[in-house]
Amino acid sequence: MKKICLTVVGLYLLLLQAFSQSSTKDTTLQPVVDSPVAYIIKPLKLDEINIVSSYYDQNGDHSAVTGGIGTEKVTDISNGIELKFLTSDNDGYKYTLTTGLGIDHHTSASSAYVNKSGASKTDGNRIYPSIHYTEENQKGTIKGIGLYYSSEYNYHSLAVDASYSHKIGKGGEIDSKFSAYFDKVKLIYPSELIPASTPISTGTTTITSASGRTTTVGGSYSSGSGSNSIPTSPRYTYTGSLDYSQIINKNLQASVLLDLVAQNGYLSLPFHRVYFTDGSEKVEYLPNNRFKLPIGFRLNYFMGDNVIVRSYYRYYTDDWGIKAHTASIEVPIKITPFFSISPFYRYYTQTASSYFAGYQEHKTSDTYYSSNYSYSAFSSSFYGAGIHLAPSGGIWKTALTTLEIRYGHYSQTTDLNSNILSFSFEFKQ
Amino acid sequence: MALVLITTVTSCVNVKAYQRNKLNDSEMALSNRKVEKNELNFESYREGAAGANGGKTGGGCGCN
Repeated sequence: MKKICLTVVGLYLLLLQAFSQSSTKDTTLQPVVDSPVAYIIKPLKLDEINIVSSYYDQNGDHSAVTGGIGTEKVTDISNGIELKFLTSDNDGYKYTLTTGLGIDHHTSASSAYVNKSGASKTDGNRIYPSIHYTEENQKGTIKGIGLYYSSEYNYHSLAVDASYSHKIGKGGEIDSKFSAYFDKVKLIYPSELIPASTPISTGTTTITSASGRTTTVGGSYSSGSGSNSIPTSPRYTYTGSLDYSQIINKNLQASVLLDLVAQNGYLSLPFHRVYFTDGSEKVEYLPNNRFKLPIGFRLNYFMGDNVIVRSYYRYYTDDWGIKAHTASIEVPIKITPFFSISPFYRYYTQTASSYFAGYQEHKTSDTYYSSNYSYSAFSSSFYGAGIHLAPSGGIWKTALTTLEIRYGHYSQTTDLNSNILSFSFEFKQ
Repeated sequence: MALVLITTVTSCVNVKAYQRNKLNDSEMALSNRKVEKNELNFESYREGAAGANGGKTGGGCGCN
């Protein structure tokens, strides 16, 4: 924790120093004098750096690892950095290359019980690099492609996307995007449910937790000595997105967002237990396909000179039986033109999935079963406030142009509670 | 909200570039704030619904 904090502070100072360097040398390549066509090629220039850091803390009593009962204590520290490079040509095209890197460190108390004795490791890391390229013409039409990777001990993901954005009519814009995720779930089962077909080799049992610790005890199963020997199962997600935004008048703008999401492959998690009415126990089992249909609306209104109302509503339905409504409102109040305070409130409610039941509530005759409370019927509230600071000329006259700090408290009717504190730094030349 | 949206969209006016100072305010953007990024992630882990908010729709993590 101390190391991560020091790394973030160090990174911040480094960026501050880097952007403070002023160059008097014009790096633009000049046109070749004898060339019949004077074509100016501008070098790629670092335009913007964004850093987002968060601390998340959660408590609850319905962990899916222990079949819908037991601690859901989680902490997570996330740090992400994004570098945005720009260039243009003399046809008026703008090119943007954005590279990103994120690192999360989490602890999860329930992970200890992947091994029934509670001896499994409870922490883990996730690393996720990304690269995204866009090309914009003079009319504001933007084409983009991206490549993303995410790796944690029990989950690996490779994703690609392609996007197209086009301005239409009087202040309208249509964005479309297609994304595909190719994921692999490592099949780490609860220690007592490791498939019996695993070869008996040494008369000992190797138990591997969700976060990677292996322990060897007397027994009859062996899942191998290294993480690479644990088999994986694929999960694919394809998303088509449409976003239409429209300026209504000089104070008001709105957008409609639609996603069509199709998933197939292994959609359960192998270390989630389910306990049945007869006391027997199995690993969560969910269908291999899922179709999701969320549609959202945003409406932002600048009220007078100092108050903005940011509102959002989403309706969601899927073929696992979940229907959900989300409504949120945020009201940034401008204390000065460059400093605002933004209280917010979000309400969420959902029906239960057809495949959910709590601890010892599933019948053994059920085809699909899960005791993951994110599929249960519940409602939640999320409220808090943020500050936004963006003075002209930068904060303390440095390259730090925007600083945002935001705190929120989240509570579900399942008794899950959490807090999140986030920081966002934007550096610009 | 949909009705409000349809009504307002059909009554939209042409706003000139020099009249867009309020619309161009960074807090009027029709997108999530950068600082919200990790909030959207935890919501997709803890809730059954996802998508249509600029965040995750599924995939890329052990979430729903």
